[in-house]
Amino acid sequence: MAGYLFLAIVVLATAAYFVGTMSGRRLVPAGGEKVHSLPGYHGLLGAFAVFIPAAIVLLLWLAFQSRIVDIFLVNSLPSTLIEGRGTGQMSLLLSEIRNVAAGVVFSEPVPDVVAAAERLKSFREVSEWIIAALVAVLMLGGFLWVRSQIAVRFRARNAVERVLSGVMVACAGLAILITLAIFFSLLYEAIRFFSVVPPLEFFFGLRWEPQIAIRADQVAGAGAFGAIPVFVGTFLVAAVAMAVATPIGLFTAIYLVEYSSDRFRSIIKPTLEILAGVPTVVYGFFAVLTVAPAIREAGGLIGIVMSPNSALAAGLVMGIMLIPIIASLSDDALRAVPRTMRDGSLAMGATPGETVMKVLVPAAIPGIMGGVLLATSIAIGETMIVAMAAGLIASLTINPLDSVTTVTVQIITLLTGDTEFDSPKTLAAFGLGLVLFLMTLILNVIALTIVKRFREQYD
Amino acid sequence: MTESTIPGTGAAVAARPSSQAAAALRKRRYAADTRLRVAGLTAILAAVGMLGLLLWTIVSQGLPAFTQTHVRLDFPLSAELVDPADLEATNWRAVVTGGLNAALGETASPAQQRLLSQIITNNAQFIVRDAVRANPSLVGSSITLSVPAADPFDGLNKGQVLRDVPEANRRVSDAQIAWFDQLSAQGRVTAPFNWGLFFNADSRFPEMAGLAGAITGSFYLLLVCFLISFPVGIASAIYLEEFAPKNRWTDLIEVNINNLAAMPSIVYGLLGLAVFIQIFGAPRSAPLSGGLVLSLMVLPTIIISTRAALKAIPPSIREAALGMGASKHQVVMQHVLPLAMPGILTGTIIGMAQALGETAPLLLIGMNAFVTSPPGGILDASTSLPTQIFIWADSPERGFVSRTSAAIMVLLGFLLFMNAIAIYLRSKLERRW
Repeated sequence: MAGYLFLAIVVLATAAYFVGTMSGRRLVPAGGEKVHSLPGYHGLLGAFAVFIPAAIVLLLWLAFQSRIVDIFLVNSLPSTLIEGRGTGQMSLLLSEIRNVAAGVVFSEPVPDVVAAAERLKSFREVSEWIIAALVAVLMLGGFLWVRSQIAVRFRARNAVERVLSGVMVACAGLAILITLAIFFSLLYEAIRFFSVVPPLEFFFGLRWEPQIAIRADQVAGAGAFGAIPVFVGTFLVAAVAMAVATPIGLFTAIYLVEYSSDRFRSIIKPTLEILAGVPTVVYGFFAVLTVAPAIREAGGLIGIVMSPNSALAAGLVMGIMLIPIIASLSDDALRAVPRTMRDGSLAMGATPGETVMKVLVPAAIPGIMGGVLLATSIAIGETMIVAMAAGLIASLTINPLDSVTTVTVQIITLLTGDTEFDSPKTLAAFGLGLVLFLMTLILNVIALTIVKRFREQYD
Repeated sequence: MTESTIPGTGAAVAARPSSQAAAALRKRRYAADTRLRVAGLTAILAAVGMLGLLLWTIVSQGLPAFTQTHVRLDFPLSAELVDPADLEATNWRAVVTGGLNAALGETASPAQQRLLSQIITNNAQFIVRDAVRANPSLVGSSITLSVPAADPFDGLNKGQVLRDVPEANRRVSDAQIAWFDQLSAQGRVTAPFNWGLFFNADSRFPEMAGLAGAITGSFYLLLVCFLISFPVGIASAIYLEEFAPKNRWTDLIEVNINNLAAMPSIVYGLLGLAVFIQIFGAPRSAPLSGGLVLSLMVLPTIIISTRAALKAIPPSIREAALGMGASKHQVVMQHVLPLAMPGILTGTIIGMAQALGETAPLLLIGMNAFVTSPPGGILDASTSLPTQIFIWADSPERGFVSRTSAAIMVLLGFLLFMNAIAIYLRSKLERRW
């Protein structure tokens, strides 16, 4: 339905464009006054007037119709059907009615449900008719309005440009809207979580066992939501990754800036870009398939027993992923140091190595730090490598040979599979998500500010 | 800070060292220089070596999956087995066993029969059924079909399952190996190119599992993602670069965009789950929801690269057009934007490549479902290439290790292709000013 409506809007907007262009072309200059706008602008304005209001209404309808229909449906349900149901059972009932309405029947439904399904169908039909009528009226109104406006003196171009500017401002504002939507949706679910689990327990508790019973008759632990082990695991993996990536990335950048020939550089830079372009799920598979067994075997050779999904394996592979980021940001930073400083150092007889270590690196430290912080933020938020190579059990340890779990792994495991939105188990994921969001936000703001400051310093 | 750190000055000038001491000092300094050079080279070699190891692992594991062992059998379709009036009621498993018996001679016990039928894929019955359904006139005679061998025998044929391992530690019994060798000696075993990898949807059996569903799903995802992020990204980039006044509001937008570009992708998944699916009721596991999330994720990338492309257009173009009487909008739409298009497209393709490889937000949207047919549209449940890789990597069957690597090769192939287009656009179409 929505698809056909959208198609109709597009077709009619195109038609309005041609009609508007025609009428614009037919305008006759009168009384020594030239036609203000080119015919195409009259056409464009017609198309906008048909398209924009109708499309906005259609989008709003798509976004909210199912909720509104649900409200009508719930209000129409007989009280015998509703009585004694919690929110979870209510949503079960609603989905059963929806299934019956869609013709998917698993077991013979009760007559009340069948009746409700019929009502649901009729509600949907009514809502579709309303929206179709509304869209038609809007399109017709917009078209007639533009028709009535077209005249020699009509400022069609200015109107079109105002509309375009408005659309562009709205699109640019979307960036802020996304951030706000992320923040508030996480906050909303996190507050619901903290109303079940006290924040003190979450931020300072030492036990993380979110596997609680979903149904009352299941046997499971009482659940514990102390996130300290999860945070420690996250930092442990990130620390291993940074310990791998920082020296390799930095030395790579130093070599490329000071020692490498242009030819070598032109080969190595794209090669490193490949490393940056490999999807993280591939790194995860690589960690599971090659790195983790290799590390385990190496540990076995020197007599250390390691867990099969040690923090070391996940961190090592994550470090490999971060090398190109640190290398390219450090490379940029080192290159941004004014040439005169480098030449001055070399002219005083310093070796290239001394020039790099005593002139370029100190001058580029803010930029390099920014890169390292940015990489740290990526390491904390990276999901697939740890989801595949790190463990699921939260153990409070800083030994990289042990298995640890991370914030992102917990979010994935808590939210994949059947999610019921009012159990603390799934809400915990949003609590973790909020912490992750704030942590990376702070790291990113610091890193981006440092990088920007530093750039301005030499520009 | 810069003047004070210039090396080798202070001490050396204050007290002139003897030439011997100077030579020693120089030697030390040169040695330090060499050490740094070696360290740099080692770092680069380590990075490139890791990339090589990664690619080598994937390719060496994945190549075998591009062929699939098939067994050619003549399945008897005698009237007592198959009723042409009611094909659904036919015991197709018996037909399949009949085909194996025809090649190997009767086997005695039902237990042996079961062992025998393990040689070829469990789905053989459906393959035979579909073939007969397509051509019902065959009933009464027999049909010759090449059906995939089961995963352990595919491995046996490719040398992944070793014969000299004790029988108890092997996934195939000695008797089964004997039967398989017999089939092989009859020339019935072939290993053609594995088209099923591209044209089959997901399956629980490695020998039948393919990427058709994942590739279609990824296509729909990118379609939705492109349709949203491309126009919105370009519009906001044009506004920020060409029209926006320089004030706190636009500064805020800019900081915001840079931040969003560095936000972990899983956070977008949480947003999609809480807003698109919970509030707006978008379907779970569907490319529509996944594409929406991905479009928000790549939006910053597209905005940033579009702004860079717009910035690269020299002001003289704008001034010339303005001088000819064009309005600000006409300058941008008719002159700056077309000239910046190659750069914008390059950035967009790179953003799309990023979206194609992204997994984490799609897992939260539920695109790791087990779906046995390709999606018919953006509202159907589906997987995508990266989530399919994740699912297969988690599957216990041995054959999925090689399938996963092959799927990764397909994904990397698509990424390589997209990046190659981007590089081509950059080098051929972009003007240097």
